[in-house]
Amino acid sequence: MTAAVTLDAPLATARRRRTGWLGKVPYVVVGLYLLVALIGPLLIDYDPVHTPLEDRLLSPGSTTADGGTAWLGTDDLGRDILAQIVYGARTSVLIGIATVGVASIVGLLLGAVAGYARGWLDAVLARIFDVLLAFPAILLAIVIAGAFQRSILLVVVALSATAWISFARVTRSVALSLRERAWVDASRVLGVPQRSILWRHILPFTAGPVVALATLEFALVVLGEAGLSFLGIGLPSSTVSWGQTIANGKTYLETAWWISTLPGIALSLLIINVGILGDQLTARYGRGRRDP
Amino acid sequence: MTLLEIRDLRVTFGRRRDPFVAVDGVSLSVGAEETLGLVGESGSGKTTVARCVAGLQRPDAGTVTFEGRPLERVGRRPAELQRAVQMVFQDPRSSLNPRMNVASIIGEAWRTHPSAAPSGDRTAALHALLADVGLDPDVATRRPGDLSGGQCQRVSIARALAVRPRLLVCDEAVSALDVSVQAQILRLLVDLRRTHHLAMLFISHDLGVVHQIADRVAVMRRGEVVEEGPASDVLGAPQHEYTRALLDAALDLDDAGSVTA
Repeated sequence: MTAAVTLDAPLATARRRRTGWLGKVPYVVVGLYLLVALIGPLLIDYDPVHTPLEDRLLSPGSTTADGGTAWLGTDDLGRDILAQIVYGARTSVLIGIATVGVASIVGLLLGAVAGYARGWLDAVLARIFDVLLAFPAILLAIVIAGAFQRSILLVVVALSATAWISFARVTRSVALSLRERAWVDASRVLGVPQRSILWRHILPFTAGPVVALATLEFALVVLGEAGLSFLGIGLPSSTVSWGQTIANGKTYLETAWWISTLPGIALSLLIINVGILGDQLTARYGRGRRDP
Repeated sequence: MTLLEIRDLRVTFGRRRDPFVAVDGVSLSVGAEETLGLVGESGSGKTTVARCVAGLQRPDAGTVTFEGRPLERVGRRPAELQRAVQMVFQDPRSSLNPRMNVASIIGEAWRTHPSAAPSGDRTAALHALLADVGLDPDVATRRPGDLSGGQCQRVSIARALAVRPRLLVCDEAVSALDVSVQAQILRLLVDLRRTHHLAMLFISHDLGVVHQIADRVAVMRRGEVVEEGPASDVLGAPQHEYTRALLDAALDLDDAGSVTA
Protein backbone atom coordinates (compact mmCIF):
# COMPACT_ATOMS: atom_id res chain seq x y z
CA MET A 1 0.00 0.00 0.00
CA THR A 2 2.64 2.50 1.03
CA ALA A 3 4.82 1.40 -1.87
CA ALA A 4 1.98 2.03 -4.29
CA VAL A 5 1.44 5.51 -2.86
CA THR A 6 5.07 6.53 -3.20
CA LEU A 7 5.14 5.19 -6.74
CA ASP A 8 1.97 7.00 -7.75
CA ALA A 9 2.89 10.38 -6.31
CA PRO A 10 5.65 11.46 -8.75
CA LEU A 11 3.56 10.35 -11.72
CA ALA A 12 0.62 12.44 -10.58
CA THR A 13 2.68 15.58 -10.02
CA ALA A 14 4.39 15.15 -13.38
CA ARG A 15 1.04 15.04 -15.11
CA ARG A 16 -0.15 18.10 -13.26
CA ARG A 17 2.99 20.05 -14.06
CA ARG A 18 2.66 19.32 -17.74
CA THR A 19 -0.84 20.81 -17.79
CA GLY A 20 0.56 23.90 -16.08
CA TRP A 21 -1.23 27.22 -15.83
CA LEU A 22 -2.95 26.67 -19.19
CA GLY A 23 -4.97 23.91 -17.57
CA LYS A 24 -6.39 26.37 -15.07
CA VAL A 25 -7.71 28.79 -17.75
CA PRO A 26 -11.08 27.03 -18.17
CA TYR A 27 -11.61 27.03 -14.39
CA VAL A 28 -10.97 30.79 -14.28
CA VAL A 29 -13.15 31.57 -17.29
CA VAL A 30 -16.06 29.42 -16.15
CA GLY A 31 -15.70 30.89 -12.67
CA LEU A 32 -15.90 34.41 -14.13
CA TYR A 33 -19.05 33.54 -16.05
CA LEU A 34 -20.65 32.16 -12.89
CA LEU A 35 -19.65 35.31 -11.02
CA VAL A 36 -21.11 37.55 -13.72
CA ALA A 37 -24.29 35.47 -13.84
CA LEU A 38 -24.61 35.65 -10.08
CA ILE A 39 -23.85 39.29 -9.25
CA GLY A 40 -23.88 41.03 -12.65
CA PRO A 41 -27.66 41.56 -12.74
CA LEU A 42 -27.43 43.18 -9.29
CA LEU A 43 -25.04 45.83 -10.56
CA ILE A 44 -26.55 46.56 -13.97
CA ASP A 45 -30.16 47.56 -14.53
CA TYR A 46 -31.87 46.24 -17.60
CA ASP A 47 -35.46 46.30 -18.71
CA PRO A 48 -36.25 44.66 -22.06
CA VAL A 49 -39.40 46.77 -22.41
CA HIS A 50 -37.56 50.08 -21.90
CA THR A 51 -36.57 51.11 -25.43
CA PRO A 52 -34.85 54.51 -25.71
CA LEU A 53 -35.12 54.80 -29.50
CA GLU A 54 -32.81 57.86 -29.64
CA ASP A 55 -29.98 55.50 -28.61
CA ARG A 56 -30.62 52.87 -31.26
CA LEU A 57 -27.70 51.15 -33.02
CA LEU A 58 -24.98 53.01 -31.11
CA SER A 59 -21.52 51.55 -31.66
CA PRO A 60 -19.47 50.24 -28.72
CA GLY A 61 -18.15 53.05 -26.49
CA SER A 62 -20.73 55.68 -27.56
CA THR A 63 -22.41 58.02 -25.12
CA THR A 64 -26.14 57.51 -24.67
CA ALA A 65 -28.77 60.26 -24.49
CA ASP A 66 -28.97 60.04 -20.69
CA GLY A 67 -25.21 60.58 -20.37
CA GLY A 68 -24.11 56.99 -19.77
CA THR A 69 -21.66 55.01 -21.87
CA ALA A 70 -22.77 52.03 -23.97
CA TRP A 71 -19.50 50.11 -23.66
CA LEU A 72 -20.61 47.35 -26.02
CA GLY A 73 -23.08 49.40 -28.05
CA THR A 74 -26.85 49.22 -28.27
CA ASP A 75 -29.31 47.23 -30.37
CA ASP A 76 -32.00 48.35 -32.82
CA LEU A 77 -34.27 49.41 -29.96
CA GLY A 78 -31.56 51.28 -28.06
CA ARG A 79 -31.08 48.61 -25.41
CA ASP A 80 -27.61 48.11 -23.94
CA ILE A 81 -25.72 45.06 -25.30
CA LEU A 82 -23.49 44.70 -22.22
CA ALA A 83 -26.57 44.43 -20.01
CA GLN A 84 -28.07 41.87 -22.38
CA ILE A 85 -24.91 39.79 -22.23
CA VAL A 86 -24.85 39.91 -18.43
CA TYR A 87 -28.53 39.04 -18.06
CA GLY A 88 -28.17 36.41 -20.79
CA ALA A 89 -25.33 34.81 -18.83
CA ARG A 90 -27.65 34.45 -15.86
CA THR A 91 -30.34 32.89 -18.05
CA SER A 92 -27.88 30.45 -19.63
CA VAL A 93 -26.38 29.38 -16.30
CA LEU A 94 -29.82 28.96 -14.70
CA ILE A 95 -31.20 26.92 -17.59
CA GLY A 96 -27.99 24.89 -17.76
CA ILE A 97 -27.99 24.03 -14.07
CA ALA A 98 -31.72 23.26 -13.97
CA THR A 99 -31.59 21.04 -17.05
CA VAL A 100 -28.45 19.19 -16.01
CA GLY A 101 -29.99 18.73 -12.55
CA VAL A 102 -33.21 17.23 -13.89
CA ALA A 103 -31.42 15.15 -16.53
CA SER A 104 -28.80 13.77 -14.14
CA ILE A 105 -31.35 12.72 -11.52
CA VAL A 106 -33.53 10.94 -14.08
CA GLY A 107 -30.52 9.42 -15.83
CA LEU A 108 -28.83 8.32 -12.61
CA LEU A 109 -31.92 6.55 -11.34
CA LEU A 110 -32.82 4.79 -14.58
CA GLY A 111 -29.20 3.92 -15.37
CA ALA A 112 -28.46 2.58 -11.91
CA VAL A 113 -31.63 0.52 -11.89
CA ALA A 114 -30.88 -0.91 -15.33
CA GLY A 115 -27.27 -1.73 -14.50
CA TYR A 116 -28.07 -3.21 -11.13
CA ALA A 117 -31.15 -5.20 -12.10
CA ARG A 118 -29.70 -6.69 -15.31
CA GLY A 119 -31.97 -9.28 -16.96
CA TRP A 120 -35.05 -8.22 -18.93
CA LEU A 121 -35.43 -4.85 -17.19
CA ASP A 122 -31.91 -3.88 -18.22
CA ALA A 123 -32.48 -5.18 -21.75
CA VAL A 124 -35.62 -3.04 -22.13
CA LEU A 125 -34.11 0.11 -20.60
CA ALA A 126 -30.85 -0.22 -22.51
CA ARG A 127 -32.75 -0.51 -25.81
CA ILE A 128 -34.77 2.59 -24.91
CA PHE A 129 -31.54 4.49 -24.19
CA ASP A 130 -30.08 3.39 -27.51
CA VAL A 131 -33.17 4.29 -29.53
CA LEU A 132 -33.46 7.72 -27.92
CA LEU A 133 -29.75 8.34 -28.39
CA ALA A 134 -30.13 7.77 -32.10
CA PHE A 135 -32.72 10.56 -32.20
CA PRO A 136 -31.21 14.01 -32.94
CA ALA A 137 -31.39 15.86 -29.63
CA ILE A 138 -32.01 19.36 -30.96
CA LEU A 139 -34.80 18.12 -33.25
CA LEU A 140 -36.64 16.55 -30.34
CA ALA A 141 -36.16 19.74 -28.32
CA ILE A 142 -37.55 21.82 -31.20
CA VAL A 143 -40.60 19.59 -31.48
CA ILE A 144 -41.34 19.76 -27.76
CA ALA A 145 -40.56 23.47 -27.40
CA GLY A 146 -42.50 24.37 -30.55
CA ALA A 147 -45.63 22.49 -29.54
CA PHE A 148 -46.34 24.46 -26.35
CA GLN A 149 -46.47 28.00 -24.99
CA ARG A 150 -42.97 29.46 -24.54
CA SER A 151 -41.72 29.30 -20.94
CA ILE A 152 -38.57 28.64 -18.96
CA LEU A 153 -40.00 25.37 -17.62
CA LEU A 154 -40.78 24.17 -21.13
CA VAL A 155 -37.22 24.87 -22.29
CA VAL A 156 -35.82 22.91 -19.34
CA VAL A 157 -38.16 19.99 -20.11
CA ALA A 158 -37.39 20.06 -23.83
CA LEU A 159 -33.64 20.04 -23.24
CA SER A 160 -33.82 17.45 -20.44
CA ALA A 161 -35.80 15.15 -22.72
CA THR A 162 -32.61 14.05 -24.43
CA ALA A 163 -29.89 15.12 -22.00
CA TRP A 164 -30.71 12.41 -19.45
CA ILE A 165 -29.81 9.62 -21.86
CA SER A 166 -26.05 10.11 -21.61
CA PHE A 167 -26.33 10.10 -17.82
CA ALA A 168 -28.34 6.92 -17.93
CA ARG A 169 -25.84 5.21 -20.21
CA VAL A 170 -22.81 6.19 -18.15
CA THR A 171 -24.48 5.28 -14.86
CA ARG A 172 -25.65 1.98 -16.27
CA SER A 173 -22.19 0.92 -17.37
CA VAL A 174 -20.65 1.99 -14.07
CA ALA A 175 -23.38 0.16 -12.15
CA LEU A 176 -22.88 -2.95 -14.30
CA SER A 177 -19.24 -3.16 -13.30
CA LEU A 178 -19.80 -2.12 -9.67
CA ARG A 179 -22.38 -4.84 -9.30
CA GLU A 180 -19.64 -7.42 -9.69
CA ARG A 181 -17.71 -6.01 -6.74
CA ALA A 182 -17.48 -8.32 -3.77
CA TRP A 183 -18.86 -5.68 -1.38
CA VAL A 184 -22.13 -5.69 -3.32
CA ASP A 185 -22.24 -9.49 -3.16
CA ALA A 186 -21.39 -9.35 0.54
CA SER A 187 -24.29 -7.01 1.31
CA ARG A 188 -26.62 -9.16 -0.80
CA VAL A 189 -25.64 -12.24 1.22
CA LEU A 190 -26.35 -10.24 4.38
CA GLY A 191 -29.83 -9.57 3.04
CA VAL A 192 -29.45 -5.78 2.76
CA PRO A 193 -32.52 -4.47 0.86
CA GLN A 194 -31.94 -3.74 -2.85
CA ARG A 195 -32.74 -0.07 -2.41
CA SER A 196 -30.06 0.35 0.24
CA ILE A 197 -27.53 -1.53 -1.86
CA LEU A 198 -28.21 0.79 -4.79
CA TRP A 199 -28.11 3.88 -2.59
CA ARG A 200 -25.14 3.02 -0.38
CA HIS A 201 -22.98 0.60 -2.33
CA ILE A 202 -23.43 1.65 -5.97
CA LEU A 203 -24.59 5.24 -6.45
CA PRO A 204 -21.77 6.95 -4.48
CA PHE A 205 -19.23 5.45 -6.86
CA THR A 206 -20.88 6.92 -9.94
CA ALA A 207 -20.22 10.48 -8.73
CA GLY A 208 -16.90 11.01 -10.55
CA PRO A 209 -18.01 10.06 -14.07
CA VAL A 210 -21.38 11.74 -13.58
CA VAL A 211 -19.85 15.06 -12.52
CA ALA A 212 -17.50 14.96 -15.50
CA LEU A 213 -20.42 14.25 -17.82
CA ALA A 214 -22.56 16.94 -16.19
CA THR A 215 -19.98 19.56 -17.20
CA LEU A 216 -20.01 18.44 -20.82
CA GLU A 217 -23.79 18.30 -20.85
CA PHE A 218 -23.97 21.79 -19.36
CA ALA A 219 -22.18 23.14 -22.45
CA LEU A 220 -24.54 21.30 -24.77
CA VAL A 221 -27.59 22.54 -22.88
CA VAL A 222 -26.47 26.18 -22.98
CA LEU A 223 -25.92 25.82 -26.70
CA GLY A 224 -29.29 24.13 -27.10
CA GLU A 225 -31.08 26.90 -25.21
CA ALA A 226 -29.40 29.57 -27.33
CA GLY A 227 -30.43 27.62 -30.42
CA LEU A 228 -34.08 27.40 -29.37
CA SER A 229 -34.19 31.09 -28.45
CA PHE A 230 -32.54 32.02 -31.74
CA LEU A 231 -35.30 30.14 -33.55
CA GLY A 232 -37.87 32.02 -31.48
CA ILE A 233 -39.31 28.93 -29.79
CA GLY A 234 -37.22 29.10 -26.65
CA LEU A 235 -37.63 31.51 -23.81
CA PRO A 236 -40.43 34.10 -23.74
CA SER A 237 -39.23 37.46 -25.09
CA SER A 238 -39.42 39.00 -21.63
CA THR A 239 -36.46 36.83 -20.59
CA VAL A 240 -33.09 37.99 -21.88
CA SER A 241 -31.21 35.28 -23.74
CA TRP A 242 -28.08 35.27 -25.89
CA GLY A 243 -29.95 33.37 -28.57
CA GLN A 244 -32.59 36.11 -28.85
CA THR A 245 -30.02 38.91 -28.91
CA ILE A 246 -28.09 37.15 -31.66
CA ALA A 247 -31.31 36.66 -33.64
CA ASN A 248 -32.24 40.33 -33.16
CA GLY A 249 -28.97 41.49 -34.63
CA LYS A 250 -28.88 39.31 -37.69
CA THR A 251 -30.55 41.90 -39.93
CA TYR A 252 -27.96 44.50 -38.88
CA LEU A 253 -24.87 42.34 -39.35
CA GLU A 254 -23.35 44.71 -41.94
CA THR A 255 -24.14 48.01 -40.20
CA ALA A 256 -24.18 47.09 -36.49
CA TRP A 257 -22.06 43.94 -36.17
CA TRP A 258 -21.82 44.19 -32.36
CA ILE A 259 -25.44 43.18 -31.69
CA SER A 260 -24.97 39.58 -32.85
CA THR A 261 -21.21 39.22 -32.60
CA LEU A 262 -20.61 40.12 -28.96
CA PRO A 263 -23.21 37.76 -27.43
CA GLY A 264 -21.97 35.13 -29.90
CA ILE A 265 -18.44 35.53 -28.58
CA ALA A 266 -19.74 35.33 -25.00
CA LEU A 267 -21.59 32.12 -25.87
CA SER A 268 -18.63 30.54 -27.70
CA LEU A 269 -16.17 31.34 -24.92
CA LEU A 270 -18.41 29.74 -22.32
CA ILE A 271 -19.08 26.61 -24.39
CA ILE A 272 -15.42 26.09 -25.29
CA ASN A 273 -14.20 26.53 -21.73
CA VAL A 274 -16.87 24.35 -20.17
CA GLY A 275 -16.08 21.74 -22.82
CA ILE A 276 -12.35 21.78 -21.99
CA LEU A 277 -13.20 21.64 -18.30
CA GLY A 278 -15.43 18.65 -18.93
CA ASP A 279 -12.68 16.92 -20.87
CA GLN A 280 -10.24 17.50 -18.03
CA LEU A 281 -12.70 16.13 -15.49
CA THR A 282 -13.44 13.14 -17.71
CA ALA A 283 -9.74 12.41 -18.01
CA ARG A 284 -9.40 12.53 -14.24
CA TYR A 285 -12.64 10.98 -12.98
CA GLY A 286 -14.19 9.50 -16.09
CA ARG A 287 -15.14 5.90 -16.52
CA GLY A 288 -12.34 3.41 -16.80
CA ARG A 289 -9.53 5.78 -15.94
CA ARG A 290 -9.39 4.92 -12.29
CA ASP A 291 -10.92 2.21 -10.16
CA PRO A 292 -13.81 3.67 -8.20
CA MET B 1 -26.86 -34.37 11.66
CA THR B 2 -26.84 -32.73 8.28
CA LEU B 3 -26.95 -28.97 8.23
CA LEU B 4 -26.44 -28.21 4.56
CA GLU B 5 -27.58 -30.58 1.88
CA ILE B 6 -26.82 -30.02 -1.80
CA ARG B 7 -28.63 -32.36 -4.21
CA ASP B 8 -27.86 -32.79 -7.91
CA LEU B 9 -26.90 -29.16 -8.33
CA ARG B 10 -26.58 -28.02 -11.91
CA VAL B 11 -25.60 -24.54 -13.09
CA THR B 12 -25.05 -23.41 -16.65
CA PHE B 13 -23.89 -20.10 -18.05
CA GLY B 14 -24.19 -18.45 -21.42
CA ARG B 15 -26.45 -19.06 -24.36
CA ARG B 16 -29.35 -21.44 -24.24
CA ARG B 17 -28.20 -23.22 -27.39
CA ASP B 18 -24.65 -23.89 -26.29
CA PRO B 19 -24.43 -23.48 -22.53
CA PHE B 20 -21.30 -23.78 -20.46
CA VAL B 21 -21.95 -26.29 -17.69
CA ALA B 22 -20.21 -24.91 -14.61
CA VAL B 23 -21.67 -27.34 -12.09
CA ASP B 24 -22.93 -30.71 -13.29
CA GLY B 25 -24.91 -32.73 -10.79
CA VAL B 26 -23.05 -31.99 -7.59
CA SER B 27 -24.31 -33.50 -4.33
CA LEU B 28 -22.63 -32.57 -1.07
CA SER B 29 -23.52 -32.31 2.57
CA VAL B 30 -22.10 -30.47 5.54
CA GLY B 31 -22.88 -31.55 9.09
CA ALA B 32 -23.34 -29.25 12.06
CA GLU B 33 -19.99 -27.79 13.18
CA GLU B 34 -18.27 -29.68 10.39
CA THR B 35 -15.86 -28.19 7.86
CA LEU B 36 -16.06 -29.44 4.33
CA GLY B 37 -13.11 -28.53 2.13
CA LEU B 38 -13.91 -28.12 -1.55
CA VAL B 39 -10.85 -28.29 -3.78
CA GLY B 40 -10.15 -28.28 -7.48
CA GLU B 41 -8.38 -26.23 -10.11
CA SER B 42 -9.80 -22.90 -11.27
CA GLY B 43 -12.86 -23.30 -13.45
CA SER B 44 -13.87 -26.52 -11.75
CA GLY B 45 -17.07 -24.97 -10.39
CA LYS B 46 -16.16 -24.58 -6.72
CA THR B 47 -17.06 -20.91 -6.52
CA THR B 48 -20.35 -21.48 -8.34
CA VAL B 49 -21.32 -24.05 -5.73
CA ALA B 50 -20.47 -21.52 -3.02
CA ARG B 51 -22.55 -18.79 -4.71
CA CYS B 52 -25.53 -21.14 -4.95
CA VAL B 53 -25.29 -21.89 -1.24
CA ALA B 54 -24.99 -18.19 -0.42
CA GLY B 55 -27.96 -17.45 -2.68
CA LEU B 56 -26.07 -15.26 -5.15
CA GLN B 57 -26.57 -17.69 -8.02
CA ARG B 58 -29.73 -19.47 -9.01
CA PRO B 59 -29.13 -23.12 -9.94
CA ASP B 60 -30.68 -24.47 -13.13
CA ALA B 61 -31.55 -27.70 -11.38
CA GLY B 62 -31.12 -29.36 -8.03
CA THR B 63 -31.82 -28.24 -4.51
CA VAL B 64 -29.93 -26.70 -1.64
CA THR B 65 -31.47 -27.21 1.79
CA PHE B 66 -30.53 -26.00 5.24
CA GLU B 67 -31.85 -28.24 8.01
CA GLY B 68 -34.37 -29.50 5.50
CA ARG B 69 -35.59 -26.03 4.51
CA PRO B 70 -34.93 -24.94 0.93
CA LEU B 71 -32.34 -22.21 0.37
CA GLU B 72 -33.62 -19.99 -2.38
CA ARG B 73 -32.00 -16.89 -3.81
CA VAL B 74 -30.88 -14.66 -0.97
CA GLY B 75 -33.59 -12.03 -1.43
CA ARG B 76 -36.32 -14.63 -1.03
CA ARG B 77 -34.96 -16.30 2.08
CA PRO B 78 -36.64 -15.68 5.39
CA ALA B 79 -34.51 -13.46 7.63
CA GLU B 80 -33.32 -16.29 9.85
CA LEU B 81 -32.02 -18.27 6.87
CA GLN B 82 -30.32 -15.14 5.54
CA ARG B 83 -28.57 -14.89 8.87
CA ALA B 84 -27.73 -18.57 9.09
CA VAL B 85 -25.59 -18.66 5.94
CA GLN B 86 -22.84 -16.06 5.57
CA MET B 87 -19.93 -15.80 3.19
CA VAL B 88 -16.33 -14.58 3.22
CA PHE B 89 -14.94 -13.58 -0.15
CA GLN B 90 -11.59 -13.96 -1.84
CA ASP B 91 -10.47 -10.36 -2.27
CA PRO B 92 -10.35 -8.78 1.19
CA ARG B 93 -10.20 -5.22 -0.16
CA SER B 94 -13.08 -5.26 -2.59
CA SER B 95 -15.36 -7.12 -0.19
CA LEU B 96 -15.62 -3.95 1.91
CA ASN B 97 -17.20 -0.75 0.63
CA PRO B 98 -14.24 1.69 0.50
CA ARG B 99 -16.42 4.64 1.50
CA MET B 100 -17.69 3.15 4.74
CA ASN B 101 -15.75 2.81 7.97
CA VAL B 102 -15.57 -0.44 9.86
CA ALA B 103 -18.20 0.59 12.41
CA SER B 104 -20.78 1.36 9.73
CA ILE B 105 -19.93 -1.83 7.81
CA ILE B 106 -20.71 -3.89 10.92
CA GLY B 107 -23.61 -1.57 11.76
CA GLU B 108 -25.20 -2.33 8.40
CA ALA B 109 -25.27 -6.02 9.27
CA TRP B 110 -27.00 -5.25 12.55
CA ARG B 111 -29.43 -2.82 10.94
CA THR B 112 -30.38 -5.43 8.37
CA HIS B 113 -30.97 -8.08 11.02
CA PRO B 114 -32.17 -6.37 14.20
CA SER B 115 -32.74 -9.80 15.73
CA ALA B 116 -28.99 -10.36 15.65
CA ALA B 117 -28.08 -6.89 16.89
CA PRO B 118 -26.79 -6.49 20.43
CA SER B 119 -29.50 -5.32 22.80
CA GLY B 120 -27.27 -3.13 24.96
CA ASP B 121 -24.34 -0.88 24.17
CA ARG B 122 -23.54 -1.20 20.47
CA THR B 123 -20.08 0.32 20.78
CA ALA B 124 -19.09 -2.20 23.42
CA ALA B 125 -20.54 -5.01 21.31
CA LEU B 126 -18.66 -3.74 18.28
CA HIS B 127 -15.39 -3.69 20.20
CA ALA B 128 -16.06 -7.18 21.51
CA LEU B 129 -16.76 -8.41 17.98
CA LEU B 130 -13.57 -6.81 16.68
CA ALA B 131 -11.63 -8.37 19.56
CA ASP B 132 -13.11 -11.73 18.54
CA VAL B 133 -11.43 -11.46 15.16
CA GLY B 134 -8.23 -10.06 16.63
CA LEU B 135 -8.66 -6.36 15.82
CA ASP B 136 -8.11 -3.32 18.05
CA PRO B 137 -11.11 -1.12 18.92
CA ASP B 138 -9.55 1.85 17.10
CA VAL B 139 -10.03 0.00 13.81
CA ALA B 140 -13.75 0.84 14.12
CA THR B 141 -13.30 4.37 12.79
CA ARG B 142 -11.00 3.39 9.92
CA ARG B 143 -11.90 2.77 6.32
CA PRO B 144 -10.83 -0.29 4.33
CA GLY B 145 -8.21 1.78 2.48
CA ASP B 146 -6.35 2.35 5.76
CA LEU B 147 -6.27 -1.34 6.63
CA SER B 148 -3.99 -4.15 5.51
CA GLY B 149 -5.31 -7.08 3.50
CA GLY B 150 -5.30 -9.31 6.58
CA GLN B 151 -7.16 -6.69 8.63
CA CYS B 152 -9.73 -6.29 5.85
CA GLN B 153 -10.31 -10.02 5.84
CA ARG B 154 -10.75 -9.96 9.62
CA VAL B 155 -13.37 -7.21 9.18
CA SER B 156 -15.14 -9.33 6.54
CA ILE B 157 -15.19 -12.24 8.96
CA ALA B 158 -16.49 -9.96 11.72
CA ARG B 159 -19.27 -8.71 9.43
CA ALA B 160 -20.28 -12.33 8.73
CA LEU B 161 -20.16 -13.22 12.45
CA ALA B 162 -22.16 -10.12 13.39
CA VAL B 163 -25.40 -11.84 12.40
CA ARG B 164 -24.41 -15.05 14.26
CA PRO B 165 -24.42 -17.45 11.29
CA ARG B 166 -24.32 -21.23 11.56
CA LEU B 167 -22.68 -21.93 8.24
CA LEU B 168 -19.77 -19.88 6.93
CA VAL B 169 -18.97 -20.17 3.25
CA CYS B 170 -15.31 -19.25 2.71
CA ASP B 171 -14.61 -18.76 -0.98
CA GLU B 172 -10.82 -18.77 -1.33
CA ALA B 173 -10.87 -16.67 1.83
CA VAL B 174 -7.12 -16.82 2.38
CA SER B 175 -5.87 -17.17 -1.19
CA ALA B 176 -5.27 -13.47 -1.79
CA LEU B 177 -3.22 -13.03 1.39
CA ASP B 178 0.49 -13.55 1.74
CA VAL B 179 1.66 -16.69 3.47
CA SER B 180 2.20 -15.46 7.03
CA VAL B 181 -1.13 -13.61 7.07
CA GLN B 182 -2.75 -16.66 5.51
CA ALA B 183 -1.66 -18.76 8.48
CA GLN B 184 -3.04 -16.19 10.94
CA ILE B 185 -6.44 -15.98 9.26
CA LEU B 186 -6.58 -19.76 9.01
CA ARG B 187 -5.87 -20.05 12.73
CA LEU B 188 -8.54 -17.43 13.42
CA LEU B 189 -11.08 -19.41 11.41
CA VAL B 190 -10.20 -22.60 13.27
CA ASP B 191 -10.68 -20.79 16.61
CA LEU B 192 -13.93 -19.11 15.58
CA ARG B 193 -15.33 -22.37 14.31
CA ARG B 194 -14.93 -23.80 17.79
CA THR B 195 -16.10 -20.77 19.79
CA HIS B 196 -19.05 -19.94 17.54
CA HIS B 197 -20.03 -23.55 16.73
CA LEU B 198 -19.74 -22.88 13.00
CA ALA B 199 -20.05 -25.25 10.14
CA MET B 200 -17.91 -24.29 7.16
CA LEU B 201 -17.82 -24.79 3.45
CA PHE B 202 -14.19 -23.99 2.81
CA ILE B 203 -13.24 -23.51 -0.81
CA SER B 204 -9.65 -23.37 -1.93
CA HIS B 205 -7.34 -24.47 -4.68
CA ASP B 206 -4.56 -24.80 -2.11
CA LEU B 207 -4.51 -28.37 -0.83
CA GLY B 208 -2.17 -27.50 2.03
CA VAL B 209 -4.58 -24.90 3.38
CA VAL B 210 -7.54 -27.25 3.06
CA HIS B 211 -5.62 -29.99 4.82
CA GLN B 212 -5.16 -27.73 7.85
CA ILE B 213 -8.83 -26.85 8.31
CA ALA B 214 -11.12 -29.41 6.70
CA ASP B 215 -12.69 -32.43 8.38
CA ARG B 216 -13.85 -33.81 5.07
CA VAL B 217 -12.71 -32.96 1.55
CA ALA B 218 -14.52 -33.05 -1.78
CA VAL B 219 -12.54 -32.77 -5.01
CA MET B 220 -14.19 -31.08 -8.00
CA ARG B 221 -13.21 -31.30 -11.62
CA ARG B 222 -15.10 -29.77 -14.55
CA GLY B 223 -18.24 -29.28 -12.49
CA GLU B 224 -18.35 -32.76 -10.96
CA VAL B 225 -17.27 -34.15 -7.63
CA VAL B 226 -14.71 -36.85 -8.40
CA GLU B 227 -13.76 -37.84 -4.88
CA GLU B 228 -15.07 -37.21 -1.39
CA GLY B 229 -14.13 -38.43 2.04
CA PRO B 230 -12.35 -37.64 5.30
CA ALA B 231 -9.53 -35.13 4.79
CA SER B 232 -6.77 -37.50 5.80
CA ASP B 233 -8.00 -40.20 3.40
CA VAL B 234 -8.52 -37.98 0.38
CA LEU B 235 -5.32 -36.01 0.78
CA GLY B 236 -3.30 -38.86 2.26
CA ALA B 237 -4.34 -41.76 0.07
CA PRO B 238 -6.19 -40.34 -2.95
CA GLN B 239 -8.26 -42.83 -4.93
CA HIS B 240 -8.98 -40.76 -8.04
CA GLU B 241 -6.21 -40.02 -10.49
CA TYR B 242 -7.23 -36.33 -10.69
CA THR B 243 -6.73 -35.94 -6.93
CA ARG B 244 -3.34 -37.59 -7.27
CA ALA B 245 -2.46 -35.24 -10.10
CA LEU B 246 -3.52 -32.23 -8.01
CA LEU B 247 -1.43 -33.45 -5.08
CA ASP B 248 1.55 -34.14 -7.31
CA ALA B 249 1.30 -30.70 -8.83
CA ALA B 250 1.25 -29.15 -5.35
CA LEU B 251 4.24 -31.23 -4.29
CA ASP B 252 6.17 -30.33 -7.44
CA LEU B 253 5.66 -26.67 -6.71
CA ASP B 254 6.76 -27.14 -3.12
CA ASP B 255 9.92 -28.94 -4.26
CA ALA B 256 10.66 -26.31 -6.86
CA GLY B 257 10.13 -23.66 -4.20
CA SER B 258 12.59 -25.28 -1.80
CA VAL B 259 15.23 -25.63 -4.55
CA THR B 260 15.10 -21.98 -5.58
CA ALA B 261 14.93 -20.88 -1.95
